[in-house]
Amino acid sequence: MKKTFWLAGAMALALAQPALGADSIKIGFVSTFSGPTAAIGNDMRNSFELALDHLGRKMDGKPVEVIYEDDGQKPDVGKQKTEKLIQSDKVDFIVGYIWSNVLLASLKTAVDSKTFLISANAGPSQLAGELCSPYVFSTSWQNDQTPQAMGTYMNQKGVKSVFLIGPNYAAGKDMLAGVKSTFKGQVVGEEYTVWPSQLDFSAELTKAKNSKAESIFVFYPGAAGVQFLNQYAQAGIKAQIPLYTAFTIDELSLPLQKENALGVPGAQQWVNDLPNPENKKFVEDYRKKYPNLRPTFYGAQSYDAAQLINSAVVAVKGDVTKKDAMKAEMEKANFKSVRGPFKYGKNHIPIQNFYLQDVVKDADGQLALKTVATIVKDSQDGFHDKCPMK
Amino acid sequence: MVLVEQSLNGLQFGLLLFLLAAGLTLVFGIMDFVNLAHGSLYMMGAYFAATFTAWTGSFILGVLLALGATLLLGIVLEFVALRHLYGRDHLDQVLATFGLILFFNDAVRLIWGPAGLALPLPAWLTVPVQIIPGVYYPAYRLSIIIVALAVAALLYVVVMRTKIGMLIRAGASNREMIGALGINIKLLFTLVFGLGAALAGLAGLMQAPILTVQIGMGENILILAFVIIVIGGIGSIRGAFLAAIFVGMIDTLGRAFLPDLLRMVLSSAAASTAAPALSSMLIYLLMAIVLVVRPEGLFPAAKR
Repeated sequence: MKKTFWLAGAMALALAQPALGADSIKIGFVSTFSGPTAAIGNDMRNSFELALDHLGRKMDGKPVEVIYEDDGQKPDVGKQKTEKLIQSDKVDFIVGYIWSNVLLASLKTAVDSKTFLISANAGPSQLAGELCSPYVFSTSWQNDQTPQAMGTYMNQKGVKSVFLIGPNYAAGKDMLAGVKSTFKGQVVGEEYTVWPSQLDFSAELTKAKNSKAESIFVFYPGAAGVQFLNQYAQAGIKAQIPLYTAFTIDELSLPLQKENALGVPGAQQWVNDLPNPENKKFVEDYRKKYPNLRPTFYGAQSYDAAQLINSAVVAVKGDVTKKDAMKAEMEKANFKSVRGPFKYGKNHIPIQNFYLQDVVKDADGQLALKTVATIVKDSQDGFHDKCPMK
Repeated sequence: MVLVEQSLNGLQFGLLLFLLAAGLTLVFGIMDFVNLAHGSLYMMGAYFAATFTAWTGSFILGVLLALGATLLLGIVLEFVALRHLYGRDHLDQVLATFGLILFFNDAVRLIWGPAGLALPLPAWLTVPVQIIPGVYYPAYRLSIIIVALAVAALLYVVVMRTKIGMLIRAGASNREMIGALGINIKLLFTLVFGLGAALAGLAGLMQAPILTVQIGMGENILILAFVIIVIGGIGSIRGAFLAAIFVGMIDTLGRAFLPDLLRMVLSSAAASTAAPALSSMLIYLLMAIVLVVRPEGLFPAAKR
């Protein structure tokens, strides 16, 4: 009743002052909406739209306008789209970026124009270190953090040696470096594959099998993760050498990986079954709004990005020209994240928990991801010392 | 032991490339038609196989149905669209078939959605088999080698030993002449295009359980197929066969052994980064050398 009253009041006010209602919060969203990894971009867009629904599609009473742009998973295209959004659409915030190489190519444009950029996935080491900026925030992680958690878990399991395989691009190198920094056993071998064109990993799997390593660690996001797991299982290596992963099994790839993913552990800062109320609402409403789909960590990070922007807009009462005040507000991470509470480091990268996720059969016999344990609490990236920001 | 296994990996990859390149070289060599949409037929083969396997519940049945469906699709495509492009120059053909790639990608997105499909293997194909004492190889990859070799043999017999094959060879060496001799060249072209489509579909559906079935899956691999027909000689099945095995071997063995070789001269980190880049360059290097030494390809079809 009270809500309706306020709503009516707000509407009357909006009608009375059309000049105020005319300006809106403009957000540019760069992600991959075409090609083999389009499903990831769709999930990010779905989650961002759901967050706007939950916010009543308004931030501090102002309508929100989102312009989605497709980077085609290519750094040059991502940079062009970022320039277009900033220079001709004049967006107030720019969000998205799945791929580290796309983000690195686009970063300078955003920073030079002093437009706030929220990375909802990519976390290259440079972003946390020397390229950190007052105008850049992350609602995800720094690339090394997740594999670092996996390395810690492998130590806990008493794994003595590992064979590392990953794609030859910015994130792939960060990921393998991450495992190496925490894993105490021996690294028997390290293979990089051509990204994103190489899809057959037979040569690498044969080497891993013959290396006598006790375990294999891989990082293959998107469809490559499906291909790797299929080939790993078909080659019969699953029965011999256990696999540890980062960003290889998620709600998008699991329906394609099927039984091949059963029992393969991964590390993640967000899993769909985290018990906080915001997360329950996010996951439930997502599945209601998009039947047959489940949100992924990419989506959860995009949902958080919308909430982070909202917190900044509300703090300056909708005056998005007050950049310093918005920056100060965002640094507090003053919103209810679906991963649970977290803090920002001085480089604007989250200091957060990482969980162990496993693939299990849920009550109705479907494969699902499940949180098993907390691997590390309040993990901070290893590059914050290189960031000159105070 | 490792060498045996890696050579099998290379052979398997090469034979798969052969299936794709054989169709391409037939169409290019005999019909003088540049078909960029060959990769789309490869993709359609995989999508058909995943769909039919899910419907029938049988992998073998699904694969056979998919093969028929791709053959049919190829014939319809030739009849509806491509037939009108034969008289045009190559640029028009490239533009039109590039348009077809976009058409097929969006058609697939509409019908099957953007997420891709899975084509799970039956249990009897997911076990490793012992080929020589101490060396195990995935049964499915072994079956790819066997099927592809059988198809290669069949193609050889059809092309070299039958009347149709004779016409195809004649078409490859002088198109106008066999038209003048009263052969129904239109029908022959439709047939050849259908055969090429079926071969592409076969390559796609055999690759599907190893990779994912996804939009645009045929585009990267098509570049390799073009490299193979250039190396092998346009229009030559024998050339495509040998060049495909060359390329498969070089690519796989390069990836397998180059990093270790480089580590002897470079630091480990530099070697790990340089090796994948270098090994993917090797096949293009081979193509460049072949173009310099024998611009017609290693085994050119008879002169026009």
